[in-house]
Amino acid sequence: MTRFDRRPRQAGRSHVDAPREFPEYPRMNPDDDASVPDEVVIRPRRGLVPLDVAELVRYRDLLWFLVRRDISLRYRQTMLGAAWAVLQPALSMALFALVFGRLLGVPSDGVPYPVFVYAGLLPWTYFSTALAASGASLVGSSSLVTKVYFPRLFIPLGACFAGLLDLLVAAVLLAGLMAWYGIRPGPSAWLLLPLTALLLAAAAGCGLWLSALTVEYRDFRFVVPFLLQLWMFATPVIYPVTVVPERFRWILALNPVGGLIEAFRAAALGSQAVSAGRLGASAAVAAAILIGGLYYFRRVERSFADVI
Amino acid sequence: MARAAIETTGLGKRYRIGARSPYRTLRETLSGAFAAAGRRRAGLEETTLWALRGVDFRVEPGEKVGIIGRNGAGKSTLLKVLARITDPTEGEARVRGRVGSLLEVGTGFHPELTGRENVFLNGTILGMRAAEVRRKFDEIVAFAEVERFLDTPVKHYSSGMYVRLAFAVAAHLETEILLVDEVLAVGDASFQKKCLGKMEEAGRQGRTVLLVSHNMGLITSLASRGVVIAAGRVVFDGDTGAAVRSYLSRVGAGVETRVSLHGHPNRLPGMRTVITGVACLQDDGSPAATFLQSDDVVLDLDYDAGDGLPLAGAGFIVYTTSGVRVGGFNTYMAGPPPHRLPGRGVVRFVIPARQFTPGSYCVTVSVGSHPGTLEDKVENAIGFEVSPADIYGTGYLLTPGDGVCAIVARAGVLPAASGAAREAS
Repeated sequence: MTRFDRRPRQAGRSHVDAPREFPEYPRMNPDDDASVPDEVVIRPRRGLVPLDVAELVRYRDLLWFLVRRDISLRYRQTMLGAAWAVLQPALSMALFALVFGRLLGVPSDGVPYPVFVYAGLLPWTYFSTALAASGASLVGSSSLVTKVYFPRLFIPLGACFAGLLDLLVAAVLLAGLMAWYGIRPGPSAWLLLPLTALLLAAAAGCGLWLSALTVEYRDFRFVVPFLLQLWMFATPVIYPVTVVPERFRWILALNPVGGLIEAFRAAALGSQAVSAGRLGASAAVAAAILIGGLYYFRRVERSFADVI
Repeated sequence: MARAAIETTGLGKRYRIGARSPYRTLRETLSGAFAAAGRRRAGLEETTLWALRGVDFRVEPGEKVGIIGRNGAGKSTLLKVLARITDPTEGEARVRGRVGSLLEVGTGFHPELTGRENVFLNGTILGMRAAEVRRKFDEIVAFAEVERFLDTPVKHYSSGMYVRLAFAVAAHLETEILLVDEVLAVGDASFQKKCLGKMEEAGRQGRTVLLVSHNMGLITSLASRGVVIAAGRVVFDGDTGAAVRSYLSRVGAGVETRVSLHGHPNRLPGMRTVITGVACLQDDGSPAATFLQSDDVVLDLDYDAGDGLPLAGAGFIVYTTSGVRVGGFNTYMAGPPPHRLPGRGVVRFVIPARQFTPGSYCVTVSVGSHPGTLEDKVENAIGFEVSPADIYGTGYLLTPGDGVCAIVARAGVLPAASGAAREAS
């Protein structure tokens, strides 16, 4: 396929009057970059559909505006606004600190329980809200999906990106708590950035699966809240890994966010060394879910408009 | 040979219909095997519907093609396949150039977002780059006439403002190929004219336009070629006027275009049955219920006076569906006396449809033995519909709201100190 020329080949012939020969036909749009394909062949897609990275790049501005939409809509017409980003994990923290910290005396790696549990709730809240939002995102955008073409991947991805702002806002309280309890962040705090990226990847991977599955099976709307509740208890959020017997810890590593959240807390508080083994295992599982999710999504994407 | 902008070969799209819900629940999938067996036993095969089948057509770059068909004929499915919203089931289509699709006005508009936010969101959804939207922003806002409300959430907009803004964004899409589905049927008349202008501009710029509409006038004025789709297949492809007529006669096939007036309930009391039937036809004699303003309505009146008084004349009166009398015509007006009709036969009236504004009309027919003496009269004996066409030759299309009759006049501008102004000074 040859890329066609942007300029008329024969000077003097108006392309407006004689647009018969396509190669003379100029690109209408100066903003089109070279990645716009010359010819698109539309035919039934079967099997695995490779990712069209060029197209994702071409539509990148859309992702940004979808994220902006999600962010600016999230707390619109709420009285407390963005304070909810802090309040949700803060209230959970208070509850868990009372029940698990005070009443049950769950150990917390030598760190005061409130700051310990908050450092786990912070990434967990991000993960669970991002997952819930991206899971419901496609069905919620049915009017878009049935009326216009664009990379559908951006819908669940946008929901995951939008949650990052909440994470950032809620992180302020973590800093406050650490100051209150006199915990100084060590150099390991820099690890929080790549860890957040991994968390995003884990949320996106699971979100792709859930959003695509929800299009076809609305059951997942009911499954997700239960799933998230169970998942939290299967993740070292409100308890330290050390309470899990050694021989069962590998199960935590299979949890795509288990090792991540454990590492997130360790990196933030500097309370103990990051377990490279469990982190690596979780990251690998998260990566596998993401790659699988991308392929599953691409495979079922073609029928979204028909079944949604 | 030049390359086509759009080329389809054997394009088909099948939908599953019937008792099964469009989306599945897990239980259904899990029990799917059993259910399928059960259905087979019960003889309830899963029904499928080919919304499109074997569509082969070619659109050259710069062509403006109107796609015509009844509801459910497959027009929108065709656009959806070409816009890549849904995959075809068979065949293939090749599309060359960037495609902009306008299948709905305001796709992606969010009521809680402000006008400004929606312009950017909607623009990027339609495939524009942010820089492009930014560059055209002022133009879009000016086109939509919503400057003052840019930072108001669109949920507070009037529906007119909402639609204007939504269309304005779409109208500024600059793609080689534009797929448009019925979206011009929005907004008030003046805004529609503006949209029309924008569409014509797109055409003049040499862009390829595929337009789906029920507005035959729009199709004839914007498209140079018409494709009629029925039951998922292309049944006519050619000149726009011929395509529209082919479509209208197809539509007419289902409607009563020939009415027998024997024992008709709308016959006035005291009348005897003289008019036996009435029919609406196109120029070529094919029955039709809808007529382009540019065409003639042929009204045939079958009568049989039997042994009664000899008939002198026949006539008809046209009413709007709301009962406003538009006017009438009779054979006394058509020629000088003496007035005399044979004992039985057909009176044919040829009515240029350009006199009517687009809309629905009812026809009352009558015959008399003498001017002023009725022998038979049947009210609302038949109806016809008028579809807009470019009767002025200026592209200005009338809408049903423009009155009951289409006024044709000449207009010019005189120098300042002349005409009526002279009297006043």
